[in-house]
Order: sequence, then structure tokens, then C-alpha cells
Amino acid sequence: MFLKIGIVLVGLLSVTPIMLFVERRGSALLQNRLGPNRFGPQGLLQSVLDVLKFIFKEDRAPGHVNKFYFSLAPLVVVVPALMTFAVIPFAGNDFIIANLDVGILYCFSIASLGVYGIIMAGWASNNKYSLLGSLRSSAQMISYELTLGLSIVGLIMIFQSVKLGDMVSAQGETLFSIGGIDVPKWGIFLQPVGFILFLVSSFAETNRLPFDLPEGEAELIAGYHLEYGSMRFALFMLAEFVSMTVASALLSTLFFGGWQYLPGFSWIAHLFSDGNIAVTYLVSTLLHGISFVIKIASFMWFFVWVRWTLPRFRFDQLMNFGWKVLLPLALLNVFVTGLLIYLGVL
Amino acid sequence: MSDSKFQNDVPLDIARWGMPSRLDVTIKKDTDDLFEDSKMLVNIGPTHPAMHGAFRCMAKLNGEVIEKSYCEFGYTHRAKEKLGENRTYHQFVVYTDRLNYCSALINNVTYAMSVERMMGIEVPERTIWIRMICAEISRVIDHLICVGINAVDLGAFSYFTYGYQQRERAYTLIEKLCGARLTTSYTRIGGLMSDAPEGWEKEVKDWVKETRAVLAEMDKLLTENRIWLNRTKDVAVFNKEQCLQYGFTGPNARAAGINIDLRRDQPCMFYDKVDFEVPVAQVGDVFDRYYVRLEEIKQSLNIITQCADRMKPGPIWSEDKRTRIPDKDVVYNTMEGLIHHFKFFMNGFNVPKGEAYTAFEAANGELGFYIVSKGGPMAHRMRIRSPSFWHYQGLDPMIKGEYIGDLVAALGSINVIAGELDR
Repeated sequence: MFLKIGIVLVGLLSVTPIMLFVERRGSALLQNRLGPNRFGPQGLLQSVLDVLKFIFKEDRAPGHVNKFYFSLAPLVVVVPALMTFAVIPFAGNDFIIANLDVGILYCFSIASLGVYGIIMAGWASNNKYSLLGSLRSSAQMISYELTLGLSIVGLIMIFQSVKLGDMVSAQGETLFSIGGIDVPKWGIFLQPVGFILFLVSSFAETNRLPFDLPEGEAELIAGYHLEYGSMRFALFMLAEFVSMTVASALLSTLFFGGWQYLPGFSWIAHLFSDGNIAVTYLVSTLLHGISFVIKIASFMWFFVWVRWTLPRFRFDQLMNFGWKVLLPLALLNVFVTGLLIYLGVL
Repeated sequence: MSDSKFQNDVPLDIARWGMPSRLDVTIKKDTDDLFEDSKMLVNIGPTHPAMHGAFRCMAKLNGEVIEKSYCEFGYTHRAKEKLGENRTYHQFVVYTDRLNYCSALINNVTYAMSVERMMGIEVPERTIWIRMICAEISRVIDHLICVGINAVDLGAFSYFTYGYQQRERAYTLIEKLCGARLTTSYTRIGGLMSDAPEGWEKEVKDWVKETRAVLAEMDKLLTENRIWLNRTKDVAVFNKEQCLQYGFTGPNARAAGINIDLRRDQPCMFYDKVDFEVPVAQVGDVFDRYYVRLEEIKQSLNIITQCADRMKPGPIWSEDKRTRIPDKDVVYNTMEGLIHHFKFFMNGFNVPKGEAYTAFEAANGELGFYIVSKGGPMAHRMRIRSPSFWHYQGLDPMIKGEYIGDLVAALGSINVIAGELDR
């Protein structure tokens, strides 16, 4: 148990420095720039400097803030973000911190707690821009959580379970075979529309461009974390990257078979399978873990890619998009899925 | 004023909000309307990231909608026009760089043209071609910056860096001309600081080719993007009538359907000898202003190629004794040359009595120098008509009733440059 918690915590916390690097060099790659490439090979150690800078900055709060809530807010944002990962199996179904019966519902309920921290930060900062940012963020998160929840209802109907472990196991089966290539029963093949809805809403949930209105760099400067500096600001950043990771993990768990092998990995596992049972288990667990990490990493890259490509929505357009486009689509998706299950197609 | 605190309409505490009294914001104590008091005053600028330069916009927000605003400027005022009365005509060239610092060369060229016009000086052909290339390169740079920053404000950062690279290349070309990148001071009255280096035309043509490719790429990246269209179409509309009322010129006026371009309408230099079109849009929203600028970059690139093709080696100085700066070998090797040099730079040259307004199509619109001379080496009155000054006045009506996110879009699209606005 503690080993699993340790793995998950260390993994999640080390995502931030890695993503700092990826974001910087990745954006540079997309923008014909070099990016930070001086410290360490290819600038890999740049994130170390970034973290050190945050740690050594003076931790001070402006005079006009409400000190208690001002200090509390970053924690309220970070803790739920870290907690969400508890129900996600990361290397085989044994490797899950808490195999709760509510499964995915736990994820949503805990993740939506993070918005309280943002509201708290905006209010306690006693700054108009922060307040506007936090108001935007609360409206946005509530609107997009609806779609987020509805988009996976179809999946739950198909797999008949809300436990993520069961869902991943079910995705190991073969959907159909074409010319000897087995197409797995991954969520994306069963629920393509659900996948797109979930993807879009998870962008909104993580406050990433094109949905980064709470931070709205141009008009709101930095939004809710405008008055924050040093480690407190770093915690907001950490929360953003962790929720990105969780969103990627959920995307891969629900729609890309979670820890199920990537194509070709079963062949590697087969090479080691004739040894004793312990080695086989170890190798398969490792390969499951690697598959999962690769899936997460590709989604993380997708997040970065989109961020540096698209412009930002306007607030009313964001709301219209959430309520008038995504929500009806999600409901339609549920309806069509139910119909198909009734007809026996799925 | 103090009595009114007990009246129904209470003026806001001006000291507290830092509000200019012109805005006349009052809190109406309407007991029935719970939300009447819920309006928020937000001070956007002068150190706000969306404000390109130091100016301020005080906005009264109802939720996210701007109900009323007051735009203020003057933070970058450097008394350029007064300086024009205390500096010789030659010395004032460097001050023109700092007007619109995104396209310093156009300012240099326009200023040189206006003084030459007063003195009746004809510059040689080669100088005119070089000046035209300079003006068009500056226009391209300015427009690249404008559309790029506009996109940055709306969240598309990568788009900006695409154009930025071409801008840096253009600056390298300019650096080859005059040794400076931003503040060029390249023109002299009656000539140029120095001749274009050998092979410069070819480099310019290569740059044009590259820029065309990059433009196509930029166009593909953003113009048809759904989010971008939503953010810019029918946003911050400034129609034809309003543009006429507010004295809009340049791409902002053309975006609203006013077909004016001083390069075509009052041809100076060799603009009547080159082929180019004047793109005109109809609606006058942010998208039109953006798209007109993109099209103008293409036209400017065409002009640059034509100029580079027709540039021939030759003299760059008009042989008018009054303004001819003595060559360096004459200055260093002969006594007369040294005296001439000294007198030229210490006393300046006299401009005949008279007054003239000379306008040229700068990147943002009509840039004009109104010079009144009483015969001395300094202007009696140096008035600069800078397009941004007019455009900035239009910001208030433009953003009324729009969302706060549109404020930055509108401001970016009219391309207000603080140096030009405040002078």
C-alpha cells in the first residue's frame, strides 16, 4: 500500500519538473526557437534551476490579502489534484492505491474540489483581476464537469462498471480482427464521440489553452494567482501539471486501455514468459507500467501541442460551447449508446 | 462637490479610484435594483500586459461586459514637437525614429521628404528606390508585429513567433544599411546616411521570398481557425461613418471600407511607377483589420521586389550645397572640409520661409509633418500628425458593450504605438 502511494506521489510530483522542461523546449520546437538549452544536456537541468528559484524566493503575501485563505488556497488546489490518482490502476490491476467501488465517480468528485481553492485564491487576493479570474474558473469548471461526467456514461453502460480496474480489464478483449491484426476493445473504438467530449472537457478542467480563461494572460494578467509568488505560485503550477497528468491518465485508462499493452509489447512479454512465474509477473507489470506511462506522456504532449497552437476562447463563447454544443452532444451520445446496447450491437 | 455626497448620486471618491472626473461615474442608489451597485471599475494599464506601451483604460464592468470606459494616454510624452523647434532640421532626424518605433524607417523617410519639399530638393533616383524599399520593409515589419501581437493577446503565441523571425531577418537587412536595428536614423535631408551595400538588393529579394512562404504558413495557421474567427468576426466593429468621424486612416480605415491610400492617391517618390493594389474590407471588425494587414504585407512585398529590380547604382546625395554633408575624406584631409563639416553640424542649414504639410502613408495610416519655417535652421513649428493618436480616440466607442476579452483584441487590432501616440 505505502509502496504504491510512494510510487504515485513521486511520479506525480516529478511530473512538474519534467513538464516544465517539455513545455519550454516543446513550445520552442513549435515556434522555431531553441528554448533553454544551456544548463545540462539539452537544457534538461533547467527545471532544477526553476524549482530552486521558486524555493529560494521570499515567501511574502501582499498587505491587502486575507492571510489565512491566501495561504490555504494553494493547498486546497494541490491536495485534491494529488488525491485523484488514487483510483487509477497504473500497472496491472494490483497496482491501484484504493480499489473503490465508486471508482471513476471518486475521481470527478475529488477533482471538482480543486475549484474551491481557485475561488479562495481569487477572493483572498483582494484583487479585481483575481476575482474575475476565479469567477470565470468556477463557472467554467461547473459547466464542463457536466460534459465530463456525461461523456463517460456511455462507457460505463458498455462496461457495466464504474471501477477503473474492471474497465481496463474489459478493454483487453478483442473487438474485431482485420487480417490477423486484433483491434482491442479500447474505449476510443467503442465511444469515439465520448472520447472527443472527454478530451475537450478535460482541457477546460485543467485550465489549459484554449480554455485558460481563469488565467487569461492578456486581459486578466494572471487571473487567480496574480498575487502569488515563490512556492505558493509553484503549488498552483504543480496543481495544473498534476491535473493534466490525471486527465491524461483518465483519458488513457478510459479510452486507450490503461495499462494494457501497447501494440508489440505482448511480444516482448512473451520473450520473458518461459522463465519462472516471478520474473514473468515482474516483466509484465513493468511493461504494463511502461505502456501506461507512454500513453500518459503522449497525451501530455498533446496538451502542450494544443496549448501552443490554438487561440483562446472568449468567456461567453466558452459558455455557449459548453452548454449548447458539448452538453447536447454528450446527451445524444448517451442516448445513441443506450439504443445500440438495446439493439445488441455493443 | 463635497455636498453631493449626501445627494442621491454620489460621485466616486476620485482619490481612491484615481478616476479622472471626465468619466463622471456615479453610484445610483436605487434600492429596487440589487445589481446596480455591482459594477466594477477596473484599471487596465498603464502597466498591464495587454496595453502595448504605457496607456491606461479605465473600464466600468458589468460582469464581463464593458459598460463605459475612459482611455487615457500621455505616459510616454517626450515633447517631440517642441524638440523640433529647438533642434536643427538635421538633428531632428533621430527624434523621428522614436515616433513609431516599429517602423522607424517610414518616419525617417517621411520627415526627410517633408523638409526636402520645403527646400525644393530633388534626391537622386537610387535614393528614392532605397527609400521606397525601406518604407515597405518597415510596413511589413509593423504589420507583422501588429497581427502577431493581436494573436498573442488572444492566446495564439506561436503565430507571433513565426512572423517574429522574419521581422528579425528584416532588421538584419536594415542593420546592413545603417548599422542600427530599431532606431535607424537612416535618412538625411537630401540623401541617405550611407549607400546600400553591394548585393543588398539580392538579399532583400531572398527575404521577400522567405517572407511570402512564412506568410502563407501564418495564414494557414490562424486565419481559418474557428476560435480565431469567433474571437475576431464582428468584434469591436468600427464602421465607415465612425471611421470618418474619428479621422481613421491607413489599414484601420481600409478595413471599414474607406478606400484611401496616400501611396496611390498622392503618389510621392516612385509609387506611381510600381504596381500594387490597395486591399479594402467592408465590416471594420477585428478580423478585417487583421486581414487587411495580412494582404497589405503581400502587396508591400510585391513593391519591394519591383523596387529591388529597378534599383541601379548611382549617387545617393542630391548635389545641393545647402544640405550636402561633406564626405569624410574631405573632412579629415582638408581645412575647408573640416570647417564645412563643423558649420554644418553646429549651425545646421537654413530652410526657406514658408510652411508645408507633407503626408505619407505610414504603416498605421497618414503620417504627416507640418513644418512652419521662418527661415532659420530650426523649425518655427513642428507638428506631427501621427495616425495612432486618432485611432486611440476611437477605442472608447469601439469597446463599448464588448467583453473585457475583446478590449485587448480591439486594442491590438488598431495597433496603437505609444511612441507615436504621445510623441
